[in-house]
Amino acid sequence: MIRQVLYSLFKKPATNLYPAQKLEMPKGYRGKLVFYPEKCIGCKMCMKDCPTGAITINKIAEKKFEAVIDLGKCIYCAQCVDSCIKKALEVTKDVTLAQLDDKKLKVVFGSDSENNRTEKQAP
Amino acid sequence: MHNSDKFKIPVGPQHPALKEPESFSLALKGEKIMGVDIRLGYNHRGIEKACEERTYIQDIYLIERICGICSHSHSTCFIQAVEEIAGVSVPKRALYIRTLIAELERIHSHLLWLGVAGHEIGFDTLLMYSWRDREIVMDILALLTGNRVNYGINTIGGVRRDISEEEKQEILKGINILEERTKYYIEVATEETTIIKRLSGVGVLNYDDTLRLDAVGPTARASGVQRDVRKDDPYAAYSEMDFNVITDNHGDVYGRTVVRVKELMESYQIVRQCIKNMPDGPIVVKVPRKIPAGEALSRYEAPRGEDVHYVKSNGTEKPERVKVRAPTLANIQAVKHMLKDRYLADMPIVVAAIDPCFSCTDRLIAVKNSNNKNNHTMTWEALHAYSIAWYKARGIDFAGLNKNLKKRLEGS
Ligand code: SF4
Ligand code: SF4
Repeated sequence: MIRQVLYSLFKKPATNLYPAQKLEMPKGYRGKLVFYPEKCIGCKMCMKDCPTGAITINKIAEKKFEAVIDLGKCIYCAQCVDSCIKKALEVTKDVTLAQLDDKKLKVVFGSDSENNRTEKQAP
Repeated sequence: MHNSDKFKIPVGPQHPALKEPESFSLALKGEKIMGVDIRLGYNHRGIEKACEERTYIQDIYLIERICGICSHSHSTCFIQAVEEIAGVSVPKRALYIRTLIAELERIHSHLLWLGVAGHEIGFDTLLMYSWRDREIVMDILALLTGNRVNYGINTIGGVRRDISEEEKQEILKGINILEERTKYYIEVATEETTIIKRLSGVGVLNYDDTLRLDAVGPTARASGVQRDVRKDDPYAAYSEMDFNVITDNHGDVYGRTVVRVKELMESYQIVRQCIKNMPDGPIVVKVPRKIPAGEALSRYEAPRGEDVHYVKSNGTEKPERVKVRAPTLANIQAVKHMLKDRYLADMPIVVAAIDPCFSCTDRLIAVKNSNNKNNHTMTWEALHAYSIAWYKARGIDFAGLNKNLKKRLEGS
């Protein structure tokens, strides 16, 4: 007990100075999704299995698909990643997703030019 | 039960002493509790019904969110039922991983409880200590599954993530530290006079009442009832684990504390055995999306007691009926009994001692007057139409609201 008290007295604060110092997320953390349009074949298995209906795959041209992900609806379960046979979806460790404007929570992943992965806010 | 010479105080649904909305109405005579009315239903989320609208895969994530603390318990319990109907045999390695996560979850839940119990009796040092140690197991869970809660490790036919050798070493390291610390807690619980004095004789539930009221989990085991699904009806890999069912004969809050801290030691042993004996092989088998018609009941020893799930399938991708009985529902009647003739000041710790999880337990209560001849069962459509009419009579038109909502959604 006394040892604990002395130890706690001299040790650094356990808290992080957040914006300056960011915690490293554990390996395998399920954060924001990324979508690789060039791999997607449009089978829509991800849409079917998503528990919250957060992901929508739209056909934008022949053999070209875009993914609209509602970050506010997504529960970051990564079921869509498991369901995708083409590995067109992946999780990242990105956790700083808070927005004041709920429109910004809708993110569109699509390809503007050939095989170029782009990410933009939904209009 | 409540008459005029007794003072009636409501505790909850919103009350600083409760972390979740639940209503206790206490009839007091002086400081003494003469009777308790417990009313559930403030946090009913309609999960069982929602499960019927979703596929089995989607249900796993919904079921997992029944409880934040024992999320793995609920998802495993549900999946076991589905797997039984589908007749899949889950690979051994997957069963071991499920068992491992289950025990880590029990460790985190019991440490959490120890802190809460300490807090309720004003022993906040214990809260600080045990929650600090809980971080170790939370970090292990995050390492294995990616998340601290709602691990998402289960899938129908196995588990979603494998465990590597380095991760096993990390677990063992964490478990060794926790074991040392737990020995200290056992010492505190069995020797510290303030704890013994404060908890002994509080919230007594004797052996016969435990059986009569059907208490489960540590609450029952603290009254000397040898009841543990892990032993009685082994699931996952428990039939291959060597562990003891901890019981105690105090029958009070003190007994429940002792049972839980000693159970921690058993859990460390199970975790070690899981790691040592984990067989190689696949972690998941493919299960068709359509589950054949059938029904199954699955039992699971959650940290709070026996969890029961019933699943009925109809050959489609969605279940026809899912029924959940969380452990708190089995224990809540016992609370009523425990509080009788005790002092008001004991109420928080007695309620906390069953480690309640009201949101998991909550269900809709329909008050039915059996003398009323007009009683009849309503169909879903009739109920829907009735509710719209009910609101319309009060000036709220949902039909228009739905249309507006749709328009807005389409517009954005
Ligand atoms: S499951 Fe994969 S390939 Fe199929 S639509 Fe989704 S992202 Fe595309
Ligand atoms: S992570 Fe889960 S909730 Fe989010 S889009 Fe994928 S399946 Fe849906």
